[in-house]
Amino acid sequence: MGGGAWWSYRPEDLLMFSPRVYARLFELHNQALWPAQLLALALGGMALVVLLRPGPRGTRLVAMLLAVAWAFVAWAFLWQRYAPIHWGIAYVIPLFGLQALLLVALGSLGGGLRLPGHWSVRRGLALGLFAYALALHPLTALATGRGLSGAEVIGLTPDPLAMATLGLAAAAEPARRAWLLLLIPVLWCLLSWLTLDTLGDRRAWLPLLAVIVALAARLWPRAPSPG
Amino acid sequence: MAQPLPPLSRRRLLRGLLAAAAVTALPSPGGLARAAEPLTRELPGTGEALPRVGLGSWITFNVGDDPVLREECTAVMAAFFAAGGRLIDSSPMYGSSQATIGHALERLEAVDRVYAADKVWTSSPAEGPAQIEASRQAWGVPRFDLLQVHNLLGWEGHLETLQAMKAAGEVRHLGITTSHGRRHEEVERIMRRVPLDCVQLTYNIVDREAESRLLPLARERGIGVIANRPFQRKRLIRRLAGKPLPPWAAEINTTTWAQFILKFIISHPAITCAIPATTRVDHVRENLAAAREPLPDDAMRRRMADHVRGL
Repeated sequence: MGGGAWWSYRPEDLLMFSPRVYARLFELHNQALWPAQLLALALGGMALVVLLRPGPRGTRLVAMLLAVAWAFVAWAFLWQRYAPIHWGIAYVIPLFGLQALLLVALGSLGGGLRLPGHWSVRRGLALGLFAYALALHPLTALATGRGLSGAEVIGLTPDPLAMATLGLAAAAEPARRAWLLLLIPVLWCLLSWLTLDTLGDRRAWLPLLAVIVALAARLWPRAPSPG
Repeated sequence: MAQPLPPLSRRRLLRGLLAAAAVTALPSPGGLARAAEPLTRELPGTGEALPRVGLGSWITFNVGDDPVLREECTAVMAAFFAAGGRLIDSSPMYGSSQATIGHALERLEAVDRVYAADKVWTSSPAEGPAQIEASRQAWGVPRFDLLQVHNLLGWEGHLETLQAMKAAGEVRHLGITTSHGRRHEEVERIMRRVPLDCVQLTYNIVDREAESRLLPLARERGIGVIANRPFQRKRLIRRLAGKPLPPWAAEINTTTWAQFILKFIISHPAITCAIPATTRVDHVRENLAAAREPLPDDAMRRRMADHVRGL
């Protein structure tokens, strides 16, 4: 003890709520939104199909869907539920709004985003990340014992949304636009990793792994186009 | 002729349930009234006698607007008041804790019962009055009993505000806080310069830095001391869990490590009260039960500290 330096604080000193309160956020969120989870999963599934057969219109559509989801999660989850128990989230909400605007702008203006049509390591990792966020991440709630009532669903909660966006941005071209789209989801996933780790949640490594996979995919040498 | 029973509203039903929960906080017959009253100590120079165990709200009461968790916190506060507790401490930094306390105070109609201790926490002294008013509304109290400058943030400007409020009767007592043993030299300077009713700092059986200068100074200057982080936010309890209490703990009528630690803290002559936080009714009862005789004397306190250090 002694001294007042910021580095003398531990993450647990800054944690403002208990694991139970955090888990209840998702349970109450799901109760309030049911059956929107079904719509979100259907739209996510449609987005994955589009990404498997990429074209300019389909890629633009996915970017628009993700933009709407970032704005919705900022309002419905961060503002309505998370900010009341964590004053720091008020500073995160504008970043979610900015990400929605970036997806609209970079995904549609000036040629938008392109996805390679041929298979490559980069594309495989990126689509795998998107598919995980859509289909498997909600099931990880079972590992915590909270059951599917506490599932985190793409489009309605921040972690799978950030992971899916990482998946899109990891494979997209042009690279400069893709890196811009990666930044905020990476920051969120790192924040989520720290939060979950401090809470003692055994799933804490998942958002960190998503960042690693996305960066590995992004930095993977580009495969030459066939022909 | 029998009087007709009034209709049972949801509100009356809830209050009845909470009252029933509170009644079970009382000890078994045989020492009922006496045992229910915790030991008190005067906040020096104020005439305000405070029970020597209060209730913190960091993390535990930050439950948002979750109706289930809010009612659990209300039950904790019901048990706290039933066991003779009065001082509840919060801060605008604690998320929704102030609103949770306000909700419970309204449900329990306990505004007159509570000694309301809150903080001002903003770097801008100009924003202090608005923040204090927002906090007061969240609690639903007519005025705070104690307002403290949280972690010395903007302390000079805020203390001027608090002194003016005290002079105007808008707050009864004022103070400053620190935690984790931080900035003790600055706390000492302020204690020497500014008339304070209270300081809040971290003090427990292993975090004893305050014993060297701040606690003696508090006695010398007639300043009350609230001890925060009595259990190092559960870490100390976890460290001791599974280890048996020493047999001589029975001499101070202690049956759990939590009581062992609390009795050590509140038996220091400078400490006005400790403020453990909890989400559990049984724990709040256990904590309040520590504020009863016998408390350890100096020799026993040394023995207690030595024992924990050796574990």
